[in-house]
Amino acid sequence: MNVDRVTEKLNILADAAKYDVSCASSGSKRKNENKGLGNASNGICHSYTEDGRCVSLLKILLTNHCIFDCAYCVSRKSNDIKRAAFTVQEVVDLTINFYRRNYIEGLFLSSGIFKDADYTMERLVTIAKKLRTENNFNGYIHLKSIPGASDELMREAGLYADRLSVNLEMPTEAGLKLLAPDKNRQDMIDPMAFLNKEIIQRKEEKKLFKKAPMFAPAGQSTQVIIGATPENDQQILHTANHFYKNFNLKRVYYSGYVPVLADKRLPGLNTAVPMVRENRLYQADWLMRFYGFNVNEIVNSQQPLLDLDIDPKLGWAIRNMQAFPIDINKADLHMILRVPGIGLHSAQKIVSARKFAFLNWDQLKKIGVALNRAKYFITCKSGDYEKRDLTGTKIKQFILAESQSKYLKNVQSQLNLF
Amino acid sequence: MTRLIYDGTFEGLLTAIFEIYDRRLTVVNLQKDGTGSSALFEDELQIITDDARANRVLKGLKTRLSANGVQRVYIAHFAGMEHEENNIAGYIRYAFDTQQNIEDDYGNKYVQRISQIVQMMRREKHRMEAFVRFQKLQDDTYYAAVEPDFNVLPLLIRHFKNRYADQKWMIYDVKRNYGIYYDLHDTEFVAMEFSASAPAGNAIAVFSEHEETYQHLWKNYFRSVNIASRKNTKLHLRHIPKRYWKHLTEKI
Repeated sequence: MNVDRVTEKLNILADAAKYDVSCASSGSKRKNENKGLGNASNGICHSYTEDGRCVSLLKILLTNHCIFDCAYCVSRKSNDIKRAAFTVQEVVDLTINFYRRNYIEGLFLSSGIFKDADYTMERLVTIAKKLRTENNFNGYIHLKSIPGASDELMREAGLYADRLSVNLEMPTEAGLKLLAPDKNRQDMIDPMAFLNKEIIQRKEEKKLFKKAPMFAPAGQSTQVIIGATPENDQQILHTANHFYKNFNLKRVYYSGYVPVLADKRLPGLNTAVPMVRENRLYQADWLMRFYGFNVNEIVNSQQPLLDLDIDPKLGWAIRNMQAFPIDINKADLHMILRVPGIGLHSAQKIVSARKFAFLNWDQLKKIGVALNRAKYFITCKSGDYEKRDLTGTKIKQFILAESQSKYLKNVQSQLNLF
Repeated sequence: MTRLIYDGTFEGLLTAIFEIYDRRLTVVNLQKDGTGSSALFEDELQIITDDARANRVLKGLKTRLSANGVQRVYIAHFAGMEHEENNIAGYIRYAFDTQQNIEDDYGNKYVQRISQIVQMMRREKHRMEAFVRFQKLQDDTYYAAVEPDFNVLPLLIRHFKNRYADQKWMIYDVKRNYGIYYDLHDTEFVAMEFSASAPAGNAIAVFSEHEETYQHLWKNYFRSVNIASRKNTKLHLRHIPKRYWKHLTEKI
């Protein structure tokens, strides 16, 4: 191995892949068979970058050569940067050797598009196939499908990869047309629809024949870039909801736009990365997937933007004061999940624990409830009740005054504008 | 108040529980040998670990708790945290004194505390699964040194055995001076003698041919994936506390 050359390639192609935010390595169920190497299901973050994002997979591009010229992308054709490409064997060796040292859970492989979609996709599939069949590797493999790739290649990819994803890039078709004129939204949706159909069909087969091969066991995900185009949160979350409902996506990732290029269609180079907004979108996404919220309860035409100063669950509660207070010792799990400051685990613990005895403030606190927020919305086995006919606005003020949100500083500087 | 002194083993703890019921003691203070100071006006009782008695208590516990519940008690004791014996004993007594299964009674202080300790152990186990960094040695063994806060090595065996079935490996707890070694078939506990010039964390002298190359590549990779404009040191430190850094290839 030419160490210097591989080091240089790794620097270039890891740097170019770092804006892909998908990092999941869980949700699969690949076992280590016949004393091979590795297994996939656990979802372990092995390290964290200095910006605080998790490192769980070797996330690289196969190449940053690209025939496309998308305005938001560092690898775009017209950008004057160093280009590189890994060989199939180099990617295999890096993956195996990093995995054996317990640096990573597996491989996340994306690519610029050289020549055409199928030519590129075929190489990605070859790497996955080699890892599985020649190296008996059972670690996690996430392949980024190239938009426009043929069904046959997508089918083969599903046999070797744990997860597949096609990036939507922009939340709406109009946004995509503006920044990525070479790309076509339908080319992204077609492979998703194909994979969805295939995953459902393979699952049925697996029920009948235990030996049927696994097919993309960790499902599909996608990514949209936030803040590069003018879509509001309502548009973004409705897009996400649409793909969750119709394509059974496991995850939609939201990637706050990091200005890397000067282009008059894009926010200026000195624009701050919309980190708070990105965080609020993830919180809203969680509410849709795990907390039983309908997307219209979180954003709608009266409320097209998420609050930046408070989380979306608290925002919903304050707009719906008529639903509160609820009695923690009697309410349904469904309603307990809607209380600000109560998470999934706490809600389940509450429902289990109250079968033994009614709970009071102290016990709720020990269970893990964030009382500084929850206390305004619940009653429990205690005479005190914190609401005292407070209005939503008042409650919000109290909570903001008490909390030391990591974002509070940013938010204050934004509020000063008014 | 009766002070019960036991030897620190799980069997010893169970024997103490037997004594509590046998002697109909109500108010007790359970302590590991040598950890407590004697107080005035206390009766003191030295517990002699007795496997037969311990087994009777364990058997009884199994009728009151699920397999998972019994395991939680075991893990909580195994954590070896100072002065937690009374909470563990409290949990066991609460299980015996209640007709229904008490595992989910999170309003109860003992259930609450055991749940907390088990969670701390799980977190540490999970961190070790993430932060172990193997170094390949000349004899093809992959070696890692760790210093976990709690004694979690035995809880790691299954994970690493399932994952690295085709390579010899050793994970060594520098703090507690013992390790687990997998020889391609079984795992065993080992203790090693290290000289002052080559302490347990340092295996550079016996690295295999490409070991330094891959460490170098990994460090480079770690640097390349950082997005400087999103720097967030607080978040970074919350995820990888500094005390783990000295065994993390990318942070050395």
